[in-house]
Amino acid sequence: MAIWLRRSRNLAHYLKAEKGFWKVPNQTRLSPCFFNPEISSSATLTGENCGNPPSFLGNSPTLFGSRRFESIKAGREELDLEDENGGHQNQAMDFPGGRISFTSEMRFVSESPRERIPCYRVLDDNGHPIMHSNFVEVSKEEALKMYTSMVTLETMDTILYEAQRQGRISFYVTSIGEEAINIATAAALTPHDVVLPQYREPGVLLWRGFTLQEFANQCLGNKADYGKGRQMPIHYGSNKHNYFTVSSPIATQIPQAVGAAYSLKMDRKDACVVTYFGDGGTSEGDFHAGLNFAAVMEAPVVFICRNNGWAISTPVSQQFRSDGVVVKGKAYGIRSIRVDGNDALAVYSATRTAREMAITEQKPILIEALTYRVGHHSTSDDSTKYRLVDEIEHWKTARNPIARFRKWVNGTGWWSDEDESELRANVRKQLLQAIQVAEKAEKPPISDLFTDVYESLPSNLCEQEELLRESIKRHPQDYPSDVPT
Amino acid sequence: MLGIVRGRIARGGVNASSLQKIRNQSLIYASSRSYSSASKEMTVRDALNSALDEEMSADPKVFVMGEEVGEYQGAYKISKGLLEKYGPERVVDTPITEAGFAGIGVGAAYHGLRPVVEFMTFNFSMQAIDHIINSAAKSNYMSAGQISVPIVFRGPNGAAAGVGAQHSQCYAAWFGACPGLKVLAPYSSEDARGLLKAAIRDPDPVVFLENELLYGESFPISAEVLDSSFCLPIGKAKIEREGKDVTITAFSKMVGYALKAAEILAKEGISAEVINLRSIRPLDRSTINASVRKTNRLITVEEGFPQHGVGAEICACVVEESFEYLDAPVERIAGADVPMPYAANLERMAVPQIEDIVRAAKRACYRSVPMAATA
Repeated sequence: MAIWLRRSRNLAHYLKAEKGFWKVPNQTRLSPCFFNPEISSSATLTGENCGNPPSFLGNSPTLFGSRRFESIKAGREELDLEDENGGHQNQAMDFPGGRISFTSEMRFVSESPRERIPCYRVLDDNGHPIMHSNFVEVSKEEALKMYTSMVTLETMDTILYEAQRQGRISFYVTSIGEEAINIATAAALTPHDVVLPQYREPGVLLWRGFTLQEFANQCLGNKADYGKGRQMPIHYGSNKHNYFTVSSPIATQIPQAVGAAYSLKMDRKDACVVTYFGDGGTSEGDFHAGLNFAAVMEAPVVFICRNNGWAISTPVSQQFRSDGVVVKGKAYGIRSIRVDGNDALAVYSATRTAREMAITEQKPILIEALTYRVGHHSTSDDSTKYRLVDEIEHWKTARNPIARFRKWVNGTGWWSDEDESELRANVRKQLLQAIQVAEKAEKPPISDLFTDVYESLPSNLCEQEELLRESIKRHPQDYPSDVPT
Repeated sequence: MLGIVRGRIARGGVNASSLQKIRNQSLIYASSRSYSSASKEMTVRDALNSALDEEMSADPKVFVMGEEVGEYQGAYKISKGLLEKYGPERVVDTPITEAGFAGIGVGAAYHGLRPVVEFMTFNFSMQAIDHIINSAAKSNYMSAGQISVPIVFRGPNGAAAGVGAQHSQCYAAWFGACPGLKVLAPYSSEDARGLLKAAIRDPDPVVFLENELLYGESFPISAEVLDSSFCLPIGKAKIEREGKDVTITAFSKMVGYALKAAEILAKEGISAEVINLRSIRPLDRSTINASVRKTNRLITVEEGFPQHGVGAEICACVVEESFEYLDAPVERIAGADVPMPYAANLERMAVPQIEDIVRAAKRACYRSVPMAATA
């Protein structure tokens, strides 16, 4: 079956096919103004400012030069807008923040839109590409790597969850149901893009080459763990994979991502920062600060919200009353999209495009990926206590992202049932072995208790280590035998 | 300096390591001693400003971020002139969100920049304290050395004048309790320059506690301190005034009070040794203990609340290490255990005054009845 795949690289082309979301002219141009100020892109806002950086900054136009003056000039743009409010076109007022047309009709903007922002998807529930869909092409190699990674992630989650239940690890968090978000977003990035995860994105690390053995080592806290046994399970982190160590407090990674993006911006790197959070994380103050700041600083960061419907036992209806998370982007002046998080191709396309926009235009982008948290919040949770088992089953089977993508790769002839059973058996075997090896490995040495508090070991900790070692020597029966000195 | 070393050896009880430390101190201060009568003076504000300027000039990764640091030249004018000199990409005016810009600073530090984050006062740092502790202080440890956070959080700390409870708290004890942080509290212009430079160059997160009332105060300053490579070691206290009868430890503004108290005590025949802690974490336990072993009496002075304060820690460490040397119970002079009142007369009663230090020193010297005996 021939499938028409349209390679939609040009953003303007995309947006024509949409129903005219973006009315403001300056948002439709991929104006690489900050990298090439000579190009004055047809009297757009950004073009105007870039051509003439303020003189006090010297002759060379910098990335940051025009920021201060935009708010003064912003107002002029407003006069070009078609007025939906019955406002008086030629009567406008100047306020700090710009020029604004007024209306004598007292009209409150509704708290709930008549129509919710639609959700971008490419594949239907049966894995068939929807007619006339725009998406970024994926090669066979990429598609198969995506599929096998999704299966590997699911298998890893299942087995490590079981290991916790058997008492072999203390804690685990699964990403069941969110494999497409994990893998497809990772596939759309380059290894140079910096990732600041929440904690339900191990698939990104998996995609980048973290091995099953490395995952198992961290969960078991052994000597080979890159975290030196200091963190709870699933708090992975790896400098060489550009994946910042998972941190438990919710949403703290959001402003941090903006800071890291600022660093990339100063270095003028061809890379962006990507940060993940859930629907619950958008309630934190850090979400507000991070997004607001990113827009003001024009930081090249992609915010990916995994809206999976639940924050432990809090459903989204109790988390916020807005039309999900995508509308919040607009409030901060951030370009946003809502995408079907269980559609790997849609997620891939949206992320790939968002990344390009963030880097070439040096601005933040928000992606809301709608999905469902099939698993419990963690091994400390039993979600059947607060939601219906039927609901969970439905999303586990009928709306399963892996099954959907499998139908597509089957359909293209790239993947067969034999491949499937071979893959699953293989991954399972590798995992069980990795866990065994990790369990048998030595625990981290005592010296790891004291290092890395500061860059260099301070004298008081040196003393404490000596005291501890002496104590162990004198009273060996009081200390576990498996802690190497 | 050497005279003092000889004197100490003569009195005995000086062990090898503290002798080494005395030698090291004398190496650092030998040259400045000869300039101590220099006519050049500098305010703490200018000292901080020049330190920031020089560090930003030396390392392009250093940048300043905070509310009003740019166009307004800094809420207390500490960052004056920096925006004009370095541009908006290195002097960043932030929206009003301490949690936001602390988090952003930490993220930037994660990725290799060296932010200097200003809190308008450390009272507002409480809105960002999760990022300071959970993100900055603990990251190097929790990531097993993969994520280092070379960030400096700075700003005025402690009581000012007539600003009420929510603008007057001292955070030295809170931040001083956290492993992973370094906490500094400069007093003079020399401290301000040397410690801020050290803080910016340090690979670990540093909390830099300034004092609003000290910003305008002028101190004599030597050519060595004015040199752009000048730096003070973190974790070393300074003996501001030598003495033999009682040790008074203090930091920040209270150092000035302690020195004045020492003048008054000298007239009454009590020779007080004033230690400027400079570093709250790591605390210079060896200097403090060496001093107590010499004088046998200790008064700790701080502006902050008494319970779980810096003085409590100093007292505990002296009791642990130099108990036999104490001739009198250790006394803590601290702020009153109340939120800071506003009315000038009440505010004065809520903060230690020079007379409080003098009286405490006399009690320690048994010139009057010790507090413990009256309990």
